[in-house]
Amino acid sequence: MDYILSILGPLAEGSLVTLQLFLITLLLAVPLGLGLALVRISRFTAASQAVNGYIWLMRGTPLMLQMLFIYYALPFVPGIGIRLPDFPAAIVAFALNYAAYFAEIFRAGIQSIDRGQYEGAKVLGFSYGQTMRRIVLPQVVKRILPPMSNETITLVKDTSLIYVLALNDLLRAARGIVQRDFTITPFIVAAAFYLLMTLVLTWFFQRLEKRHAVYE
Amino acid sequence: MTSSMILADGIRKRFGSNEVLKGVSLTLAKGEVVAVIGPSGSGKSTFLRCLNHLETIDAGRIVIEGDTLADNDAGGHARYVADAEVRRICARMGMVFQHFNLFPHLTVLQNVIEAPITVKGMKREAILPKAEELLRKVGLFDKRDAHPSRLSGGQKQRVAIARALAMEPDIMLFDEPTSALDPELTGEVLRTMRQLAEERMTMLVVTHEMGFAREVASRVVFMDGGELIESRPAAAFFASPEHPRTRAFLDSML
Repeated sequence: MDYILSILGPLAEGSLVTLQLFLITLLLAVPLGLGLALVRISRFTAASQAVNGYIWLMRGTPLMLQMLFIYYALPFVPGIGIRLPDFPAAIVAFALNYAAYFAEIFRAGIQSIDRGQYEGAKVLGFSYGQTMRRIVLPQVVKRILPPMSNETITLVKDTSLIYVLALNDLLRAARGIVQRDFTITPFIVAAAFYLLMTLVLTWFFQRLEKRHAVYE
Repeated sequence: MTSSMILADGIRKRFGSNEVLKGVSLTLAKGEVVAVIGPSGSGKSTFLRCLNHLETIDAGRIVIEGDTLADNDAGGHARYVADAEVRRICARMGMVFQHFNLFPHLTVLQNVIEAPITVKGMKREAILPKAEELLRKVGLFDKRDAHPSRLSGGQKQRVAIARALAMEPDIMLFDEPTSALDPELTGEVLRTMRQLAEERMTMLVVTHEMGFAREVASRVVFMDGGELIESRPAAAFFASPEHPRTRAFLDSML
């Protein structure tokens, strides 16, 4: 017991890194994903195809590869040549990757809304922007909650990939202690931390779903 | 001479190789209630949807209250006026759909006040008395805080009518407003429409309700195969239909 308490400190510090990456990624990837989805379904074929290609690239290669590329290779790409520090590099990779997945979820959600809703809004004089903001997107939120819940839970666990950039997230902190003390207890405690985070998320999404269930 | 509320002249519309409107012309005077009847696939709903730009026409002329919405160019293809102008003109027409198209995430009252607030920029307090009056009129004031999913089809359609009226249209278009309803629920919707007709609202109603066409409409229009076959005062239309296709259709309805 005392041993567990003694490793809680470093593991909590690791959790902080994990949580930071998680929250910042969400804050960036959700609006970016929405923007991508709107371009993807727009009439601008070239832009739509470009987004299509982007999504293919981001979903078609490993997140870890993308992260390594942004950290190690981006500085040498002619014309870009940006050298990002490790944590920002991880954030950029995660946000770009998750935005692609979110974009597909949003697209599916938007396209699941009945044509009649657009027509109902149009005959009342709504512009396209007003229709999206006031009529379509509020209904999309309800429909995408289950897949969004899935994706955010996956994100919590994907954060552990940043160990490759030598960032001290929860899992890397645990592994450090395991190698130092020759006991697997830190892994079990780390698992408990992850479970706690996903428990909070699950609870949060269930509440949201309940709140949106009012109208059906 | 009073200008017509709706003037549609030589409307043509095709979906791919299928020409669904083959030059339909119709005018509506102020306060007229015109019922459009005809077999399914006759193009009557498409014609209605062309009037408020839910479908774009290929050829012909549409003038709403003296303002041109679309007209033929020199090559005989319909050209629409600028987008902003299209929206301004179409805003004078309210529309009621077969499947209601209420906004499910909003309550009954919110459905009614949403467009005046968002589109016209009205304050909530400014539109509230009018919205409540409309809900009383359609008999749904006590349902104002319910979501559409809690309503019957007839109640939904009456909310849809109130929602359209909240924008204070000069013309109301009805696209088979009772076709999705159980027979026992059509009466309440038709009563609301009759009330509207008595208030001299200009109405164009695509319908299968022969009773409504006979009793409420001032004029009945029969369409078949993308053409307007016959257009006459309601009483004369039912008493002595002129065209054989009209007679055949009326016989089949009995």
